[in-house]
Amino acid sequence: MNFVYKFLSLSLFSIGSLFAIDQELAFEDPALLSTYQDLVNEIRCLVCQNQTIADSTAPLATDLKREIKSMIEQGVPKDDILIFLTDRYGDFVLYNPPLQANTLVLWATPIIFILIGVATFILILRKYTKQS
Amino acid sequence: MIPEIGQFSLIIAFFLSLTMAIYPIVGSLLNKKELLLYARPMAIGQFFFIMISFFSLAISFLLSDFTVSYVTYNSNTSLPFFYKFSAIWGGHEGSLLLWLTILSVWTLLVSLFTKKLPERYISLVLGVLGIISSSLLIFTLLTSNPFERLLLPVSDGNDLNPLLQDPAMVMHPPILYIGYVGFSVPFAFAVAALLDGKLEKGWASWMTPWTVASWVFLTLGITLGSWWAYYELGWGGWWFWDPVENASFMPWLAGTALIHSLQVTKTRGLFKSWTILLAILAFSLSLLGTFLVRSGILISVHAFATDPQRGIFILALLSLISGGALFLYAFRARTIKDEGSFDLVSRESFLLINNILLIVSVLVILIGTLYPLFLDALGMGKISVGPPYFNLVFIIPMIPLSLFLGIGMHASWKKTSLSKLINKLSLLVLLSIIFGYLILDFTFGVSNFLTLIGFILGLWIILSSISKPAEYIFSNKLKISNFTNKLWGMTVSHFGMGIFIIGVTITSTYSIETDRSARVGDSWDVGIYSFTFDDLRSVSGPNYEAQEAAISVFNGNNLITQLLPQKRIYSVQQSPMTEADIDNRLARDIFVALGEPLGDGSWSLRVQIKPLIRFIWLGAIIMALGGLISISRSLSESVRNKYD
Repeated sequence: MNFVYKFLSLSLFSIGSLFAIDQELAFEDPALLSTYQDLVNEIRCLVCQNQTIADSTAPLATDLKREIKSMIEQGVPKDDILIFLTDRYGDFVLYNPPLQANTLVLWATPIIFILIGVATFILILRKYTKQS
Repeated sequence: MIPEIGQFSLIIAFFLSLTMAIYPIVGSLLNKKELLLYARPMAIGQFFFIMISFFSLAISFLLSDFTVSYVTYNSNTSLPFFYKFSAIWGGHEGSLLLWLTILSVWTLLVSLFTKKLPERYISLVLGVLGIISSSLLIFTLLTSNPFERLLLPVSDGNDLNPLLQDPAMVMHPPILYIGYVGFSVPFAFAVAALLDGKLEKGWASWMTPWTVASWVFLTLGITLGSWWAYYELGWGGWWFWDPVENASFMPWLAGTALIHSLQVTKTRGLFKSWTILLAILAFSLSLLGTFLVRSGILISVHAFATDPQRGIFILALLSLISGGALFLYAFRARTIKDEGSFDLVSRESFLLINNILLIVSVLVILIGTLYPLFLDALGMGKISVGPPYFNLVFIIPMIPLSLFLGIGMHASWKKTSLSKLINKLSLLVLLSIIFGYLILDFTFGVSNFLTLIGFILGLWIILSSISKPAEYIFSNKLKISNFTNKLWGMTVSHFGMGIFIIGVTITSTYSIETDRSARVGDSWDVGIYSFTFDDLRSVSGPNYEAQEAAISVFNGNNLITQLLPQKRIYSVQQSPMTEADIDNRLARDIFVALGEPLGDGSWSLRVQIKPLIRFIWLGAIIMALGGLISISRSLSESVRNKYD
């Protein structure tokens, strides 16, 4: 399970706007910087109306960004930071919902829909090519 | 007095629309022709009285009549004139009235421009529109009356939400609603065909201009909304997969699918029942969208419970209109037979792929949008579903869609020789890949694989679109004079789609987004540009006070512009608003927003360089233009017929 989630979250498809750079919060190491950017772009600002903490200038978001930065500098891995944040604020804080019991349907449906789509295409095509 | 006139007109309109709903449908069931004749006059009458009602509310706003509760909550005496008018749709009740007003206009247009169509069929179409209209009218009258008076008079109003005090927000809701509500027309055409029990010949052709016209408005409406969010919300993003955005995007995707399946139905007489289903789906998603946005359920499922009357009414309406249509469809779809066949490699086959991929993307967005609500309602936890999820699940169907789009345009109906198609397109594929790589490498630098794919796909769609008319110009057999408006429409729309994809790809990868603190006198660099904080001053607007920063932007030693971002405090609601200032060129935007004062004279600032972000909206506008071109002929013909 955890493997699938990691694969999905790391997959090359998760584009978004990943290039937010906080000048004051800049990192020397590009790897740390990209971890930071990934994180602030998928954490919800809880006092805002549907914004990431990267997008928000609310004091809570700024504090959280600073906190995330210091954790990264102390060498805390990304997954542990996410666990820390969900322990404090709940799953609601994650814009990228983790794969777990109550999100199983959410993550399974796109795959099921695509399979149904492919099956539908084959069935319809067979119906119309047969007629000739 | 004026609010009472408005309310009374709304009641009259309700009875007229009820008559419009009942008489034609009963008339066609009992085969009584005289009952059918009620439909058109009722459409005109309904339009007349809803207009009176709409203008009564407008006058109440313009006169700042604070005895009307809705005016009090959404306006203020110091509100500028234009915003007093647009405040009509600043809240739930007025939005519903706008919705009804637009529906009555569409209904009137249907009754005026369909004189050549079979009387029985058009009466049924108007009857279905009457069902929609009367159910929304009774909903408005019983639960969301915009004319309700206040028991105790107040001296001044609560003001319009400052976020909505913006020129784009004056335009955005009406244009979006014209699109949303316009899908009621193809819906009515489809349901009327089901009621009628037979598909009239030419049915798909009658429906097409209405569908495309609504789609054009919906496209422009969504574009305006995205543009507004970009400069007004203060964070420089153009799409957030917010439920409100998704609510408008889902009908757009379904409408796009409908336009494509209509081509198959019109040209080949195939996919008839599927086209009907899509027409039902597109409008049902519009209805769902309207209610998702307006019921308050998106903010919290508990908002639904605090006003159970409204909530239950909404569910009843959705099940009556969409459920009723689907019920009818389940009974009648079987009797609709398609005659004909096509090959694996054919236009039909590619349009089928288009439809399946678009509907898959509608469904994944629908699940992603509603899932947190269901989970919360069932007490299974509070989660967020945001951009990381939607980007992933949406981009998967979009990659094959873009790829097949370019091929499908060049496939012929029924059967295409695969080798001919390969001959025709292999050069284009090669050019897209080579130039895609080279251009990206020279301009921004190839930094990640997905960006490269996105850029190549965008270029591929553009080249494939352009080669369509080029083929007619350079061929010996084909003449460009045979390149119909419909073909031009297709070419232009798809070209716009290519521009859009390039804009999205480049902006989301190569934007530079920075937050910093600065005080007057500071200078710093972002990307190739230098910024200087020249001045900070206080400015007064008609109903707000603002702090305005003056920030000069240099490229080397050349002054490009001075940007004047503001932080406004609106006097009535005391809410701070960020007014970003943007220097826009086709190639890039320089976006500066003023954040919060940090105490020691310095301010937090958001400075962003967004390459090709204009391509996103430009692409969407070109798509809409293509739609307009494709129906320009039917539009001019129907207007000519009207006055013959």
